[in-house]
Amino acid sequence: MIPSAFDYAAPTTVEEALGLLSAADEAGDEVKVLAGGQSLIPVMKLRLADPSLVIDLGRIPSLSGITDDGDFLTIGAMTTHHVMETDPLLATHLPLLQMAAGTVADPQVRHRGTFGGALVHADPAGDMLAPVLATGATFTVSGPNGQRSVDAADFFQGYFTTAVEDGEILTSIKVPKYTGWGAHYEKFTRVAQQWSIVAVAAMVRIQDGVIAEARLGLTNMASTPLRATATEAALAGCALTQEAIAAACAHAAEGTEPASDLNGDAEYRRHLVQVVAKRAVMKAAGLQPDGLKRTRE
Amino acid sequence: MTTTAESGPAGAGRADIGRNEIGKARLRKEDAHLITGRSRYTDNMVLPGMLHLAMVRSPYAHAKITAIDVSAAKASAGVLAVLTGADIAGEQGSLPNVWPVTPDQKAPEHPAIAVDEVAFSGEIVAVIIARSVAAARDAVELVDVDYDELPVVMDLEEAFTDKVLAHTTLESNKSATWVFDSAEAGTGTSVEDALADSEVVVERTLYQQRLIPAFMEPRSTVVDPTGEQITMWSSTQIPHILRFALAITLGIPESKVRVIAPDVGGGFGGKLQVTPEEIITVVAARRMGKPCKFTETRSESLQVGHHGRAQVQRLKIGATKEGIVTGFSVNLLADMGAYLGLITSGIPILGAFMYNGIYKFPAYRFECNNIFTNKPWTDAYRGAGRPEATFAIERMMDELATELAMDPLELREKNWIKHTEFPFATVAGLEYDTGNYEAATAKAVELFDYEGLRAEQKRRRENNHPVQLGIGVSTFTEMCGLAPSRVLGALNYAAGGWEHAQVRVLPTGNVEVVTGSSAHGQGHETAWSQLVADRLGVPFENVEVLHGDTQVSQRGMDTYGSRSLTVGGMAVLAAADKVIEKAKVIAAHMMESSEDDLEFANGAFTVKGTEQSTAFGEIAFAAFSAHNMPDGVEPNLDSEATFDPVNFSYPHGTHLAAMEVDTETGHVSVLKYVCVDDVGVVVNPMLVEGQVHGGLAQGISQALYEEAVYDDAGTLVSGSFVDYLVPGAPDLPHYITDRTETPATSNQLGAKGVGEAGTIASTPAIVNGVLDAVRHLGVKDIKMPCTPSRVWHALQEAKTSGGVQ
Repeated sequence: MIPSAFDYAAPTTVEEALGLLSAADEAGDEVKVLAGGQSLIPVMKLRLADPSLVIDLGRIPSLSGITDDGDFLTIGAMTTHHVMETDPLLATHLPLLQMAAGTVADPQVRHRGTFGGALVHADPAGDMLAPVLATGATFTVSGPNGQRSVDAADFFQGYFTTAVEDGEILTSIKVPKYTGWGAHYEKFTRVAQQWSIVAVAAMVRIQDGVIAEARLGLTNMASTPLRATATEAALAGCALTQEAIAAACAHAAEGTEPASDLNGDAEYRRHLVQVVAKRAVMKAAGLQPDGLKRTRE
Repeated sequence: MTTTAESGPAGAGRADIGRNEIGKARLRKEDAHLITGRSRYTDNMVLPGMLHLAMVRSPYAHAKITAIDVSAAKASAGVLAVLTGADIAGEQGSLPNVWPVTPDQKAPEHPAIAVDEVAFSGEIVAVIIARSVAAARDAVELVDVDYDELPVVMDLEEAFTDKVLAHTTLESNKSATWVFDSAEAGTGTSVEDALADSEVVVERTLYQQRLIPAFMEPRSTVVDPTGEQITMWSSTQIPHILRFALAITLGIPESKVRVIAPDVGGGFGGKLQVTPEEIITVVAARRMGKPCKFTETRSESLQVGHHGRAQVQRLKIGATKEGIVTGFSVNLLADMGAYLGLITSGIPILGAFMYNGIYKFPAYRFECNNIFTNKPWTDAYRGAGRPEATFAIERMMDELATELAMDPLELREKNWIKHTEFPFATVAGLEYDTGNYEAATAKAVELFDYEGLRAEQKRRRENNHPVQLGIGVSTFTEMCGLAPSRVLGALNYAAGGWEHAQVRVLPTGNVEVVTGSSAHGQGHETAWSQLVADRLGVPFENVEVLHGDTQVSQRGMDTYGSRSLTVGGMAVLAAADKVIEKAKVIAAHMMESSEDDLEFANGAFTVKGTEQSTAFGEIAFAAFSAHNMPDGVEPNLDSEATFDPVNFSYPHGTHLAAMEVDTETGHVSVLKYVCVDDVGVVVNPMLVEGQVHGGLAQGISQALYEEAVYDDAGTLVSGSFVDYLVPGAPDLPHYITDRTETPATSNQLGAKGVGEAGTIASTPAIVNGVLDAVRHLGVKDIKMPCTPSRVWHALQEAKTSGGVQ
């Protein structure tokens, strides 16, 4: 497993990285930006990607870290899943992201892999996409003409495709706080270490003994992560019972276009997402659903 | 390879010298170097001037090669040569199949590099020889091959119809038809008559999916042609067979070939092969006059390393209303893949003698059609034919129990051979020497809390609980200790089934054991040390085990088929006994007494009835100095022995699995797993436990996770570990294991073999458990692996067909 030969650059500032990108663009070189490398390196070793230049963002300190910006947390694109999983700010204000980060692959991958890298890679089975979408975050993208902001709803455009253009770099993600909301990321896999067959990111605000508001993101139910808007609407005012939540989550497959693969066909996924959504919402609301206890929750 | 014994001077003994070694849970001698990075795998070999190979492989599953342009690859930086099949057609020979199961067996030529036609995706069409791995790999993409695509046949049942042929050079996809009929063999009656007269007949078609061995260390080969001999290091289970096969395939004198299997990271049968890559590496090294290395990638390993299982089993079982089985008819289609590997054709035949399991019904017929498809060839994979047989009979016993509304354990008990009935001549023509199925089952039932779990199952059914519970039962026995050479001869296998060992005594009294059964993870060094320490009365630490190099261990039949202890271990003991006989002559001379008056115990000869004794170490030194040897006695204690078993050994066991099925998602989980195995006398219980645990994981994995899946064009879809699922520790239960012990009579120790046991019984136990959980909902069968998607679809179909029984 040896990749084709490539040049390697490790800039120390965003400006330097952008300069390298535009120079390569002018020279007609194919460039790949290396974040944690947990998807890019395997793809290069399989020779499914053959860049002539790899620009490593790992030496740019300003791209890492989580800061409290009042109503928001700003998360640097190069923040590792491990940092997300263990960060106290996230635990308090965005437990959904914290929990989802803890389900990514295995500890080695979580120590190398980055939040921004996973988002820009945009694998629809990736675990960070649906939670971010559910939060309604804003993506900060830097390019030759300065910075621009992209809403989460516009960021994911298709299989492995995002709003980040050639010559641009995702630098940070600004996520509204959901302090006090119940949250759960429910992941369905056949074995513990596997890409999600279907997963559901759920946040609920409970008031007066009912679900006042819910936000749901779906993993691997289309070429991009999806919001389960019909379910969200049905959950507004929903009683905290398994029956009521199940009835609301029966809408979870609406508007989805899941793929068929070795882990299940589209029909199965459309069924599964309703069950997984029910379980995610119940757990987010502090209830224990029926069903098999999975190895990782 | 070798280990370093941390030993003091000879005779600086420990209190427990030579006593109770057998049965002691010794930590493995092998592990210190393996877990501290001092391992030496083949890919770790670096030789001066060594060149590197990369294979150009066909992307098509069936095509004519019309032209190959290697000019760009040859001109690529660091590339020294590119060889095609045509370039080496005169020297590469045809890869060996040593088990023609019938006199009229058909098989295509099997060149290491395809010359005119490729018959599976991944078949080699050229090899790059370069100064570095990277240069070799880069040049692969520069080889331009023109193919004319041919129709592919991927499905086994479709291949059987011969509508599409896997090879243009063959007239049929059928390689051979092999039949065993108990009426013809005189071991029983006619199954046709028996089924016709049966009150109940259950007919099912079961599928054994194609599996990939997925050993930890991908295969690797280094060949050094620069000495007087050609030396090959290879990640192989079979250095001795490989040496012989290289000699006959390539026409090199056997004495000029040395094969070394250094540390080998697992095999499971997947390294019981003579591979195209090994042949090509020899050819390349001889052509270039320099050492050459080829190490496969994991992708290549999954794609083209030989696969296992892959059968369609058409089964009919007959019984009385009371549940007495009257006959079993087995009709198999066995997927050979595109070629016959070393023993591809014999794998289903190894199962032919085991479809009767532990039962004593009177009529049995087995027919197997060996069929070619456009897939990589199949061959040995942990259990090799016997897991398939056990799956068939144990699944059918459950189907029959359902049909008769009888408890599956009760049905089995009505039909199994009672412990008082051994030795028992089976309907398949074997003689089971010993066993006690009642004892193993009783222990398993108790450990499992069978009644308690049945009650829980009933509760969940009554409550319509979303997580249903099923209880899977499986018993098994297998023929281990491959194999009596006469039996192999009768089956037309090319070689014998003996094993060889040497015991060499060093001047200090330390002992070297040379074994022909080459380890690749099992723990031979530890077990053989225990055997010899016990027999010779020397400290465990003073025994060194040497293996895996044909220059050190000249004779051997290698490691597979749970044969090491029952065959190889017996050769070690026989050689050790000869050492004692030689030492006795010298001891008698030293003590000026008669040999008849000596007894040997705890590492010393004692003159009976006296205190006079001579330690083994003293005799060893006396033999070395040779100052005072009796007349006509050679001055050494070294001995060797070759052991050929008179019969197979027959381990058995009862496995019980409590399976939870989440009816909402189809997800399946093992709640409790109990297995009670009878593997005869145990040398090292920790090694046995390790074998059982690993075997269970592999068998459970067939039931729930693994499957080699191809698309219609013949490309492997499950070509990485993302799609070829193997379980990790979190996916497997805490096993409850125990043993019963009825010693085998076919060897002096009473051992039976354990390497395949867990794999064989666990697959049907799991599937029986899954079905038991959902049968009341109308589900009749679920193909392996029982994925959540398949389970859920089965539940949906049962619902829509309203098929509650």
